[in-house]
Amino acid sequence: METPKLEHLTNSNESVISITGLFKSFGELHVLKGIDLTVFKGENVAVLGKSGSGKSVLIKIIAGLLKPDQGEVIVLGKHIDKLQGRELDELRLRIGFSFQSSALYDSMSVYQNLAFPLTMNFKHLGSKEIKNAVMEALDAVGLPDKTDQMPSDLSGGQRKRIGVARTLILKPEIMLYDEPTSGLDPVTSSEINELINNVQKRYKTSSVIITHDLTCAKSTGNRTAMLLDGRFLKIGKFEEVFNTQDEQVKRFFSYNFIQ
Amino acid sequence: MRVKDCNSTMKMNTIGTKKVVFSKAVDNYLIGIDKAYRFTTRFFIEAFKKPFHFREVINQCFEVGLRSLALITVTGFIIGVVFTKQSRPSLEDFGATSWLPSLMGIALVKALGPLVTALICAGKVGSSIGAELGSMKVTEQIDAMEVSAINPYKYLVVTRVMATTITIPLLALYCSFIALYGSYTNVHAEESTGITLFYQSAFKSLSFLDLFTSLTKTIVFGFTIGIIGCYKGFNATQGTRGVGKAANQAVVLAMFLVFLEEIVIVQIANWIRYF
Ligand SMILES: Nc1ncnc2c1ncn2[C@@H]1O[C@H](COP(=O)(O)OP(=O)(O)OP(=O)(O)O)[C@@H](O)[C@H]1O
Ligand SMILES: [Mg+2]
Repeated sequence: METPKLEHLTNSNESVISITGLFKSFGELHVLKGIDLTVFKGENVAVLGKSGSGKSVLIKIIAGLLKPDQGEVIVLGKHIDKLQGRELDELRLRIGFSFQSSALYDSMSVYQNLAFPLTMNFKHLGSKEIKNAVMEALDAVGLPDKTDQMPSDLSGGQRKRIGVARTLILKPEIMLYDEPTSGLDPVTSSEINELINNVQKRYKTSSVIITHDLTCAKSTGNRTAMLLDGRFLKIGKFEEVFNTQDEQVKRFFSYNFIQ
Repeated sequence: MRVKDCNSTMKMNTIGTKKVVFSKAVDNYLIGIDKAYRFTTRFFIEAFKKPFHFREVINQCFEVGLRSLALITVTGFIIGVVFTKQSRPSLEDFGATSWLPSLMGIALVKALGPLVTALICAGKVGSSIGAELGSMKVTEQIDAMEVSAINPYKYLVVTRVMATTITIPLLALYCSFIALYGSYTNVHAEESTGITLFYQSAFKSLSFLDLFTSLTKTIVFGFTIGIIGCYKGFNATQGTRGVGKAANQAVVLAMFLVFLEEIVIVQIANWIRYF
């Protein structure tokens, strides 16, 4: 396992996510074949990989939505795949998940979307406290005036932001982003990248950013990991991964990359 | 775990591709039954655990009621009228038209009211639950609930199944009354029977066991429609086509099970009667 020096990136070598020997398959389809990954406190790790390579499966395992077939997944010091009930809920409140499809509750307004996780988990909160939390989260993603709109009235980029706001409202220690920029134009994409970096600073989160967008990986990741054939081919700084002399990696990077 | 074991033994026992295909189908079928069984039993575990989402149950009750009320009213009334009109000639042959209210009481309260209500609700409520949860599933909204430490089974399934189990018996009762009213309009036109007398003779023909059976039946129907809609929605596979499929399968399976339960419950009631 590679553990590059991180002192210049983060002020801690404490790991928040530690995965070793992770395998996952669906029937005959072997998706993950021996994943090792450590995410340190305060750092952003970008995971690159082509469509269908199992990126979403990987972070769903980290969030405990899917169970690994084999291997160890330790999140914030706990084996998330072995937790149940209350303990699992408590751990999940410390993890934020921004979904590929935003996953806003489409029967609820933006305000209700944000308030929902709070009212369901913290029954003692008054409406004023909830309102303050909602406004703070909306402010953090730069959309403070969208409270009354329905998700269907928002643009793709706005939906992504509201989705991030909904996870920020629980003040997570870890953020998992599934394709934060997919389907967005370059300007909106770079705004989202900025948002991810702002969240890292403002909320002191550690993040895993799943993407196939190279600009996104470059501008948000302190380290980049390249997922290929169910394994991490390379984990390191973006330039190191970029300069790897592997045919498949080269093909991945050569597409539409002007730099 | 159980399923995995039966999986591997089955695979070992088969030789030749045809047998393998067949055994795969059997496998999938058994896995499906096991999954549905667990999904259903989970309801009884989760329904009695805190937290209770009372307000959401009430919301869902209104959804179920309002969605099907108009259709049940119209259908119930028409069934009452038509059934009376159709039965009249046969009874006239015996000079027994005074039996019409009792006959209608039996036919509408015992059989048609519950069954028609269940079928309408399977169509309207079952499909909408299937489609709603199906689209929540494929757009990852159910996963989103789970990662924010909200139990989606409790919040979505338990509330909806409770709502159908409470509301569909009430709707069936309502349907029976409306159907009897439809029948009354016809009887009144021909024989000028008063409304009180009509309802009295209709209900006099029904024993406690009859009413109890009807109630049990509608509770079972309500539960079935809710749980099937939720099950199909929760297991919708990727994509918008999956949503339509979930809604469609929910209706077909719920209707099939409603008929099956009708037969079984009536049979049991008859046994009890003869004991
Ligand atoms: N629940 C599941 N059941 C069966 N197969 C699945 C499931 N989830 C994912 N897969 C399969 O695993 C593979 C990897 O899927 P995954 O969603 O992780 O891809 P991805 O890398 O996120 O791709 P994309 O960039 O398109 O989102 C796919 O072939 C998919 O069909
Ligand atoms: Mg994906």
